[in-house]
Amino acid sequence: MKMLMASALVLAALGGAALAEDKDEKPYKVVDGKVDQATFNGYRRYGNSCLQCHGPDGAGSSYAPNLTDSLKHLSQEQFAETVINGRQNVSSSQQNVMPSFGHVEDVVTYLDDIYAYLKARSDGALGRGRPERIGR
Amino acid sequence: MLKRAALALTLAVAATGASANPELLRLQRDPNQWVIPNGNYASQRYSELNQINRENVNQLRPAWQFSTGVLRGHEGGPLVVGEVMYIHTPFPNRVFALDLNTPGRVLWRYEPTQDPSVIGVMCCDTVNRGPAYADGKIILSQADTTLVALDARTGREVWKVKNGDAGKGETSTMSPLVVGDKVLVGISGGEFGIRGHITAYNLADGKQAWRAYSVGPDNEILFDPQKTTAMGQPVGENSSLRTWEGDQWKIGGGATWGWISYDPELNLIYYGSGNPGTWNPVQRPGDNKWSMTIFARDANTGMARWVYQMTPHDEWDYDGVNEMILADNIQVGNQRVAKALVHFDRNGFGYTLNRENGQLLVAQKFDPAVNWATHVDMETGRPQVVREFSTRQGGEDQNTQNICPAALGSKDQQPAAYSPRSGMFYVPTNHVCMDYEPFRVSYTAGQPYIGATLSMYPPKGSDHMGNFIAWDAGQGRIVWSKPERFSVWSGALATAGDIVFYGTLEGYLKAVDLKDGKELFSYRTPSGIIGNVNTFTHKGKQYVAVLSGVGGWAGIGMAAGLQGESEGLGAVGAYKSLSDYTQLGGVLTVFALPN
Repeated sequence: MKMLMASALVLAALGGAALAEDKDEKPYKVVDGKVDQATFNGYRRYGNSCLQCHGPDGAGSSYAPNLTDSLKHLSQEQFAETVINGRQNVSSSQQNVMPSFGHVEDVVTYLDDIYAYLKARSDGALGRGRPERIGR
Repeated sequence: MLKRAALALTLAVAATGASANPELLRLQRDPNQWVIPNGNYASQRYSELNQINRENVNQLRPAWQFSTGVLRGHEGGPLVVGEVMYIHTPFPNRVFALDLNTPGRVLWRYEPTQDPSVIGVMCCDTVNRGPAYADGKIILSQADTTLVALDARTGREVWKVKNGDAGKGETSTMSPLVVGDKVLVGISGGEFGIRGHITAYNLADGKQAWRAYSVGPDNEILFDPQKTTAMGQPVGENSSLRTWEGDQWKIGGGATWGWISYDPELNLIYYGSGNPGTWNPVQRPGDNKWSMTIFARDANTGMARWVYQMTPHDEWDYDGVNEMILADNIQVGNQRVAKALVHFDRNGFGYTLNRENGQLLVAQKFDPAVNWATHVDMETGRPQVVREFSTRQGGEDQNTQNICPAALGSKDQQPAAYSPRSGMFYVPTNHVCMDYEPFRVSYTAGQPYIGATLSMYPPKGSDHMGNFIAWDAGQGRIVWSKPERFSVWSGALATAGDIVFYGTLEGYLKAVDLKDGKELFSYRTPSGIIGNVNTFTHKGKQYVAVLSGVGGWAGIGMAAGLQGESEGLGAVGAYKSLSDYTQLGGVLTVFALPN
């Protein structure tokens, strides 16, 4: 546990440094391994609507891609477009279907929060597991 | 042949009245074939064959293989009827009839046309546990809930019927069971706020005969308030409605996606129901009956004889759908139970009940790590929940930690085996714990309705995530336990050769000694095994067959491994993810001894 905490701290420190450099571009805030309320909410909404396929911590499963990888090359607009409209990739060798979440209140309302959480994971600013909230 | 059939018919009628299916009863008693996914109506997964045995199993080797051409998780297993083997795949739910005379030659193939959007509403991969055989038909329950009967000789469609609405998140993964002149099938979608049911269709034409919901008004759950009993007492009126607030039962869950068993003498079917509505218990006060329940129903009418709710007001997603194994003459204390039902629940308790009346006889933990309840009160049948591990006590937005087992249960649908020779049960288990944080969600038809976020990891101080165990159901104790690196997610097979087979997530097919679990054989198939092992003979020679192809809920930890594993392993070293051991791909492997 201690070791895990320590490595989370290091990651958080790195994330913090990056945050200082280009403040406007980071949709999340990570301080001492703790996250802002929006990013935390993103973590929970991810757990409700995305985890069943994309796995714990956005790390992917045997049947859906690793989102911490995907967000390295998807823009926020592309991310939003995919979540809202869904995506189908069905061929003789694969059967990948991302449903459309465009009419799902708990997803659409918190789309920016979900993006913030996954982006923090993708940037390496946030480790695995349930994040703590800043100020708690 | 005619004489044999006539004799079987007479026996069947004598034993069961009008509702037996004489052909199926006869075929399932013939160890040379494997006509029911779990071996027989009693779901024992046991074979009388003994050519392959304790002494020679170490010489077992692959005889032939067949690729299904589908990558996702392959649950279920092959059927063998006469000289034909039938195998199936996850979505798109192909079925192949393979000629055993020319091993692997395709006699016919069937691939239904399904709207691929159903893939997006299947909670944990697009698995399917295989078709049923009866009356010259192969009956498949497709992902999109279409139930289709195929001519077993040609693969031609005989009839099809829609059992649910994928637009509402209703899907299918289970294997139907044919009882008498009816096909019984349940429904998946517990993570989408559906309302579970078991439905009977006529084997001849696919016409609906009856439907019994898990939750709702008496006339829809097919309960008789006076005659249907729970813990020996009549359930009374509105036994389900009374345990829900307002209209919540309408999205009350109780999906029925597991296995169905049948006792021809009592003419009762047995199955379990899954989680109630959302995973957030705060949003649905009450016992949420009859979710998480074992049902005994009349096979002709669907009327419930008795019920037993294992996990009232679920707070952990401990679905009660695992197979019901029917075993006779189990010694419980001083009592010899002629007709017992043994069930290894997701919640970590191994239950033994009298299947005639639902009397609870034994409820003991089959993994010592189980901590959410101290014990089951044998008077009330209720688990005694430990406050520290109650996610309801913790409440919304609170993270309740170190609950064992995790949501995937001490055991999931992967069916256990029972050997009448040893009187013991052989159980594939998960050894995984979790943190669980419920939160408020709103319901949208056809969308995930979960309301909890969780992390899973091996129990503290454990260096492995699965065990294969032998269980004494009369005494409620583990006889031996063999650790496995990952959850054991494959259905077991016990044989009169005094060995038991199972597969591992790395892809090994293993055979162990019934008496002590000593490993006698292992062979690495091309992908992780979440399928179920079977055995049969062809031209007098015994074979063992299994589908490999990793995936299913087990595939969720595939990419990165479960969280916290470094902690579990301690100094031994970093725990590697499943993807470091295996990759996707459906392959059938058929094993035999050398000639």
